[in-house]
Amino acid sequence: MGTLILRRLAAMIPVLILVSFGVFSLIHLTPGDPIDAMMSDSNDPQAKERLRHDLGLDQPIYVQYANWMGRVLQGDFGRSIRDNQPVLENVSRRIGVSLQLAAFAMAISLLVAFPVGILSATHRNSSIDGFGTTFALFGICMPNFLLALLLIYVFSVTLRWMPISGYVDPRESLADGIRSLTLPAITLGLALAAVVTRTLRSSLLETLSEDYVRTARAKGLSEYLVIRRHALKNGLIPVVTILGLQLGTLIGGAVITEFIFALPGVGRLVVDSVFSRDYPLVQGVILLIAIGFVLSNLLVDVVYGLLDPRIRYG
Amino acid sequence: MADQAITVGTPTLPAVGPRVREQRWALLRRALSARMAPFGGVVLILAVLMAVLAPLIAPYDPLKQDLSNVLLTPSAAHLLGTDNLGRDVLARVIWGTRVSLIAGFASVAVAVVVGSLLGLLAGFTGGPLDGLVMRLIDTILSFPALVLALALGAVIGAGLGGGVIALSVVYTPTFARLMRGQVLTVRTREYVEAARVIGSPGWRIVKQHVLPNVATPIVVQASLSIAFAILAEASLSFLGLGVQPPAPSWGGMINQGRGYLQQAPWIVFGPGAALFVTVLGLNFVGDAIRDALDPRIRV
Repeated sequence: MGTLILRRLAAMIPVLILVSFGVFSLIHLTPGDPIDAMMSDSNDPQAKERLRHDLGLDQPIYVQYANWMGRVLQGDFGRSIRDNQPVLENVSRRIGVSLQLAAFAMAISLLVAFPVGILSATHRNSSIDGFGTTFALFGICMPNFLLALLLIYVFSVTLRWMPISGYVDPRESLADGIRSLTLPAITLGLALAAVVTRTLRSSLLETLSEDYVRTARAKGLSEYLVIRRHALKNGLIPVVTILGLQLGTLIGGAVITEFIFALPGVGRLVVDSVFSRDYPLVQGVILLIAIGFVLSNLLVDVVYGLLDPRIRYG
Repeated sequence: MADQAITVGTPTLPAVGPRVREQRWALLRRALSARMAPFGGVVLILAVLMAVLAPLIAPYDPLKQDLSNVLLTPSAAHLLGTDNLGRDVLARVIWGTRVSLIAGFASVAVAVVVGSLLGLLAGFTGGPLDGLVMRLIDTILSFPALVLALALGAVIGAGLGGGVIALSVVYTPTFARLMRGQVLTVRTREYVEAARVIGSPGWRIVKQHVLPNVATPIVVQASLSIAFAILAEASLSFLGLGVQPPAPSWGGMINQGRGYLQQAPWIVFGPGAALFVTVLGLNFVGDAIRDALDPRIRV
């Protein structure tokens, strides 16, 4: 197990170097002068030159990269040119909101997907199964921004049960906090629930036809125990894989969800920084997201290895 | 991170032969026998017709504002109502089909071509070049897709072209990996070695032996990717990075109608329904193509 993690960590290094170079290059891929894009509302050539000098854009490109990389390695991910705040501080203040949203969405998706997926598989081709597979298809094809607006229309505009947007910290007011996060979490969780339902159904259908399930039934175990102890345990492995693969979709979905519901999370920060052409902030946030994404993928691989010994020793 | 190529079941389709025509018909019949495939086919044909015939069938000019007729409820004169500037929502939905289909098909087409070439290059040459290409692919996969598309869209600039380029970059790795995996399996087969021994040039081996083998998984993946590319383009337009207003795009219309959800929900749900049905239909078509070409990877 230890060697698996070490090997994966070592394989990450060249990729992370390329990632850093890609993120660094972003600012140089802009058509025209990035300074003009960032300071489009200013006509002060002196201020522009000062910014150019502050960002080091007047130096040769390899010097810029070396300086930038040197600062990143010391934990300095740059500063926003709008409010001069360090990127790291900005992100760490917002990451809590995004993590709450992700955890809530994950909980909703698993709470929906498990019963629906299991019932679909055990009652194959019944009306329950029909409902389950239709639900899964619906969840996969539904754009999350459309779902969000549909939920807002029904629950906030028409029924007035939920706030339209905005964020309350659940640590300050639990009830209001949960209310402010419910619709965003459903929005984000539904697509995930759909994918998990689909995967769980097909993997359970496979394990339910295995010999050991027949043996378990033959020795007189109740159907509940057959499913919980024998079928589900083995059927879970593809679900973990798919959860890992969906991580990127989850982060992308969080960007849209936070944007619509005006949640002050990292996703919202990405959109805001892109639109204010705050390139140092864009670079810093995207680099942090990529590092987080790569590390979480590593974590999924490790969990996968723990669940399935064949991968650990294979 | 994950540097193993994803291996996909690869049936060998006969590339030449007298029975090809019959087999093609059998394939089509099998594709249509999938439960929802006819629905998907109809949706796809309607969408293409709407996109091509937009200037003829749109009931109004999609850009023409009529400030005396804003936020009208759907009626016989305006089947999907009007928006906050008095523009006909149906006309804008019809014109928006163009943007969605162009973005979906163009970005996947670019990704298929670039990805396949990269995969061929990596798989055939091997060695350091292979390593470099695969690290590049890993690099692209180190970013969540939408975040990467947003960042690229931000630097390339908004507009249909920028969106297509950003999405092609996002979808390229899938095809590069498919192609490389296929090349690696085919390369060591005896018939390829035999071809090499008799002096076939590289391009001929690719054309005769590799492409027929890889065509199936690529076509299947491409047909499913188009649906998601359309969704992704709508997301970019929704966030304001795709096609710029006043030009109509489904994502952009939905974003613009967001503020009128209470008074005029049809501004959002007209293009929303078009987007949902199109993606659903394309998914059915993709599933049907997959089932017809390769029953073994049926989910």
